[in-house]
Amino acid sequence: MSPAPVLKAVSLHKRFGEIAAVDDVSFEAAPGEIVGLVGPNGAGKTTTINMVLGVLAPSAGRIEIDGIDLSAHRSRALERTNFAAVYAPLPGNLTVEQNLKVFGRIYAVDRLAARVEEALEAFDLERYRTQRAGVLSSGEQTRLSLAKAMINRPRLLLLDEPTASIDPSTARDIRARIAAFARSGACGVIWTTHNMYEVEAVCDRVLFLSHGKIVLQGDPKTLTHEHGAESLDDLFVDVAHETLHDGVVA
Amino acid sequence: MNGRRVWAIVSRQLYLYRGSPQRVLPMFAWVVIDILLWGFITRYLNQVSHAGFNFVPALLGAVLLWDFLTRVMQGVTMAFFEDVWSRNFLNFFATPLTTAEYLAGLVSTASATSLVGLLAMMVFARAAFGLSFLVYGVALAPFLVVLFATGVALGIAGAGLVLRLGPASEWLIWPIPTLVSPFAGVFYPVSVMPGWMQAIARALPPAYVFEGMRAVVAGHPAPLDRLAIGGALALVDLALAWLFFAAVHRYAVRSGLIARYSAESVS
Repeated sequence: MSPAPVLKAVSLHKRFGEIAAVDDVSFEAAPGEIVGLVGPNGAGKTTTINMVLGVLAPSAGRIEIDGIDLSAHRSRALERTNFAAVYAPLPGNLTVEQNLKVFGRIYAVDRLAARVEEALEAFDLERYRTQRAGVLSSGEQTRLSLAKAMINRPRLLLLDEPTASIDPSTARDIRARIAAFARSGACGVIWTTHNMYEVEAVCDRVLFLSHGKIVLQGDPKTLTHEHGAESLDDLFVDVAHETLHDGVVA
Repeated sequence: MNGRRVWAIVSRQLYLYRGSPQRVLPMFAWVVIDILLWGFITRYLNQVSHAGFNFVPALLGAVLLWDFLTRVMQGVTMAFFEDVWSRNFLNFFATPLTTAEYLAGLVSTASATSLVGLLAMMVFARAAFGLSFLVYGVALAPFLVVLFATGVALGIAGAGLVLRLGPASEWLIWPIPTLVSPFAGVFYPVSVMPGWMQAIARALPPAYVFEGMRAVVAGHPAPLDRLAIGGALALVDLALAWLFFAAVHRYAVRSGLIARYSAESVS
């Protein structure tokens, strides 16, 4: 029997006036699974993530986190999540250590001081602990966001372009850390990115979104072959240009 | 309500104060300036008037009590603005933190900063102009409670307004105490106002405090029944402010305002 999903999104819809930003999207993430969410700008990736994070109410549909209904038990559900997003930097006027302590308290992390030390060590942030987050480089800020995202050992981790604007070496390192965290802690990960190499490298499954709908999904290592594309990049371009006909939509 | 999450919000503010003298200094600087300005005015009025009326507790005391309300309100809004300026709403509201816990954290912070300011003004006003708040007797406690509750209500309502209208609307928030003060009868009895202003004053909790203060200074017993009305009105204001903020937050979650709240967003 497969383990219960850590995330279950059922028939999510989000409309802004006449525009359907997310249109009947359903998906799951299992413990230890990394699910890539890709698609062109405006496809509905961030809208979907925001709904799962409880900062955007769906027009219709249901979200369960670790079996807990988000709309009915928001706090209890969100205790089991955490996130990092390139557009949500942590307060720049707090130090690295203060940020981790504040968010650790919000997530009611036990033995917080020890957990902060672990997070600092895991993301090579010890020497920056007394530095304000605002003066860190992009890569260091990303590592801080990820340290914060894992401070409560979430069951569901949402990452919105976590490696955007950082160099390839740091990006590779970060991918390895997240993958190791997901596998070791049986944490489900939703990962949005425009980097198809990244999708192939870390994701167990990928969902292609376009115009608010999932138009394609599967194992990134076999999808290209299945759809006669040279690479995931080509497949992405096909999806972005909507050249896929109905028959190939999974 | 989870106490650790409330403490998280308070500790975030304490960290800011700890590492930032420019945040600590205004807690005392404006108090000192107000006391100096109004202290000398009242001293001058005592010299030139021959009414045998002591202006120090009536005028300087009124200034300081109004200053306390202003500081409570600004304590709430300043703590809120820290999250506006650092674009931190997504980080906070995508967590288990509830709006009640968030507001409790802001109010706790405002309580601490306004208490420090109050103690500083009491000590300085006593040392410089001989004003003792003990002159108000047992009425001092209800005075402070009503002013505190009103300041919190104004602060929460102001925060809700900025959340709804966007960061640029913070300039609508700063003048609120100045706009309210003429109607609250801070410096003059409500009876000297025209009828329409008196009607507004009757709905303002601070008006009952300042009427009570003048009664005590004039040697009358503290009008506790009137203060009870002021207290009840302050509780109503608190409830309305909370309902307003909660409604704005619900709108922000429905419309996506929180997710895209930034220095540019005004809707």
